[in-house]
Amino acid sequence: MARALIHMPATARRGEVIEIRALIGHPMETGYRPGADGKIVPRDIIRKFVCRYNGEQVFGAELHQAVSANPYIGFFTVATESGTLEFTWEGDNGFAQTEKMNLTVSAP
Amino acid sequence: MKRREILAAGAGLALLALVRPATATPEEMAAAIKGFTGGAAPKEGKVAFDIAQLIDNGNAVPVTIKVDSPMSAADHVSAIAIFNEKNPHTEVAVFTLGARAGRAEVSTRIRLATSQRLIAIARMSDGSYWSKSVDVIVTLAACIEGEAP
Repeated sequence: MARALIHMPATARRGEVIEIRALIGHPMETGYRPGADGKIVPRDIIRKFVCRYNGEQVFGAELHQAVSANPYIGFFTVATESGTLEFTWEGDNGFAQTEKMNLTVSAP
Repeated sequence: MKRREILAAGAGLALLALVRPATATPEEMAAAIKGFTGGAAPKEGKVAFDIAQLIDNGNAVPVTIKVDSPMSAADHVSAIAIFNEKNPHTEVAVFTLGARAGRAEVSTRIRLATSQRLIAIARMSDGSYWSKSVDVIVTLAACIEGEAP
């Protein structure tokens, strides 16, 4: 289980644009780099990141080798209703992790 | 070497720099962009690419891409892609957005193997493509050790 950090406000007014910053611990091994024994280290990266807001996808990302280790993604979404934001990372070697955050939306 | 020879050589160099095309994109990057746009040629504009011009460490380069768009249901950015010219792999990342994003802005950290040109392309909901390219200088390379192309 990799360590994931998600920064976002816990409360927001309806219609407000909120910033979400998500970071996960992962080496993002490119598959181009020789290891200590001189052999190429096999590729091991996160391929996909998805953010779902009450089950509906609001943001997605397809990552490649050129994304840094411990991939960080910052994006925005509109606070529409109280609920759960679900963050999913998927990658090579069956890597999959899901984190949940709650958001309380008040009247504007 | 005589002074006039040096002067002539200098003039030749300046001419070389002038005739070199400004948009010299290697074929792989052009092919990857074509794969993303489906053959359409992206237009310059609307996209802002925020990255340091001189990069000390190519292992983690912060980038922010903003697109000028109202982000309404009728007119929004549906995807943003980043491509590079000289890393071993041309594609960097493809972000999928929608009207619910509220603001067409994404930021991440990327690796750069060497000094090169980067391009960000935004796909709008009406099917048009807009791009912005930047040239950056990298002092410490990522990805490959000692054999940057």
